[in-house]
Amino acid sequence: MSTTFETILYEKTGAVLTITLNRPDRYNALTEAMQRELGAAFKQAAADADVRAVILTGAGKAFCSGQDLKDIKDMPGRNLGDSLRNNYNPNILRIRGLEKPVLCALNGVAAGAGMSFALACDVINAAESSSMIQSFINVGLVPDSGSMWFLTRLLGYYKAFEITTSGRKLGAAELKELDLVKEVVPDADVLTRTQELAVQYAKAPTKAIGLIKRGLNRMFTSDLESALAYEAFLQQIAGESEDYKEGVTAFNEKRKAQFAGK
Amino acid sequence: MSEPEFLRIVRDASVATIFLNRPKQLNALSLALMDELVAALSELEADESVRAVVLTGSETAFAAGADIGNMAEATPVMMLQRDQFCKWDRICRFKKPLIAAVSGFALGGGCELAMLCDMIIASETAQFGQPEIKLGVMPGAGGTQRLTRAVGKVRAMEMVLTGRAISAKEALAAGLVNRVVPIEVYLSEAQKLAREIAAMPPVAVRLAKESVLKCFDSFMQDGLEFERKNFYLLFSTEDQKEGMAAFLDKRKPEYSGK
Repeated sequence: MSTTFETILYEKTGAVLTITLNRPDRYNALTEAMQRELGAAFKQAAADADVRAVILTGAGKAFCSGQDLKDIKDMPGRNLGDSLRNNYNPNILRIRGLEKPVLCALNGVAAGAGMSFALACDVINAAESSSMIQSFINVGLVPDSGSMWFLTRLLGYYKAFEITTSGRKLGAAELKELDLVKEVVPDADVLTRTQELAVQYAKAPTKAIGLIKRGLNRMFTSDLESALAYEAFLQQIAGESEDYKEGVTAFNEKRKAQFAGK
Repeated sequence: MSEPEFLRIVRDASVATIFLNRPKQLNALSLALMDELVAALSELEADESVRAVVLTGSETAFAAGADIGNMAEATPVMMLQRDQFCKWDRICRFKKPLIAAVSGFALGGGCELAMLCDMIIASETAQFGQPEIKLGVMPGAGGTQRLTRAVGKVRAMEMVLTGRAISAKEALAAGLVNRVVPIEVYLSEAQKLAREIAAMPPVAVRLAKESVLKCFDSFMQDGLEFERKNFYLLFSTEDQKEGMAAFLDKRKPEYSGK
């Protein structure tokens, strides 16, 4: 199955899918067309059982510079709220709802909603020269596409307030210090390092990883009783997976498990 | 009954599960399907070994509505003569516990059919809605009445007038469904609930169900009297004697179903 996209690249290598934001001349700024294609790409990734790990990265110098302000200009009188509701929010939910690991190879700046897209991923590997910036405030806007949600949960209120109201750039070293990224690697290696990790994940029990992702995302809004009840459901489901059978068999036979991801 | 074309029925001890089975049409409720459903329920009602029934569709769709093809060119007189909703009244009178296991779309007639059931277990992907307004009509199989009773006026009004569906989470908050569980287990959870009820003394279950439903079409005092008489009536059953004796003896009751 191959679909041709114009603003992104959709490339499958084995079980690893790489989605590349591909408008390098515009620092991969988000347009409506790009959002539509991203939506289609994530839907396709969800439906394709052969895909067991997804990399999200950007072409050229930037990861994603956020909303393309030129794209807005073409549509006078448009409502930014509707743009979020129609384009951004569904895609953020698609990334978090995709029951496969989504790894961000942060190759350059992630600004505004571009930062939200990075934070929606499950793991972020950052290039040395990469950065994130809550640039919304610099044009008189507020964080969107989940940035408020992600940052309060990841960093707590005070840090989130400081970062979102200052609109200052967070360099790779600071991102690491804040634990927003898994590791910082030389620019030339960021994609390869992320691919290595993706290949590892592609051999993992994907069904269980998907269930973990589903569970972790619920924990933010759950009390202990509901969390325990939900974990019990997820474990019941994992306990009926092929991978669990294989895992136990391999353990008993003292060999390495070969997970099918089901 | 001849083998149904649009249903699949699975029996497991005292619980029967009916699968709506028109996958290509997302289980749209055609007249033929509804005929089969009514026939199947009548048969299960008469079968004493069946104590509870689960009604379900597929992961993608419980039922995506009525069969529009059946209706697009209809006249009012045709609709009147067809009287398709009399079948729905029959399902409403089904005497055994009926549990809907809903995943995916429960829209229009699908939502109304789920609401005809006594309880609803929903998967996280379930969506409930009455989109008829978008086709120039309105709900016709109880959607304005049962939905309003289930979720209250303001929420029902919004759903019916905009045609917009609500998520499983919203349905839970609105009191439309009993529980929301992961998609992998919605059916087994509904069946588990059915087994739990199937283990209860059946005459008491039947009269209790009748009494709860009475609430919807009686004044309080009439309902209370109806309840009381059913309560008294249960003292004529063997299961009442056994249930109370077992309680006093601190042992598990062994119900005979009589």
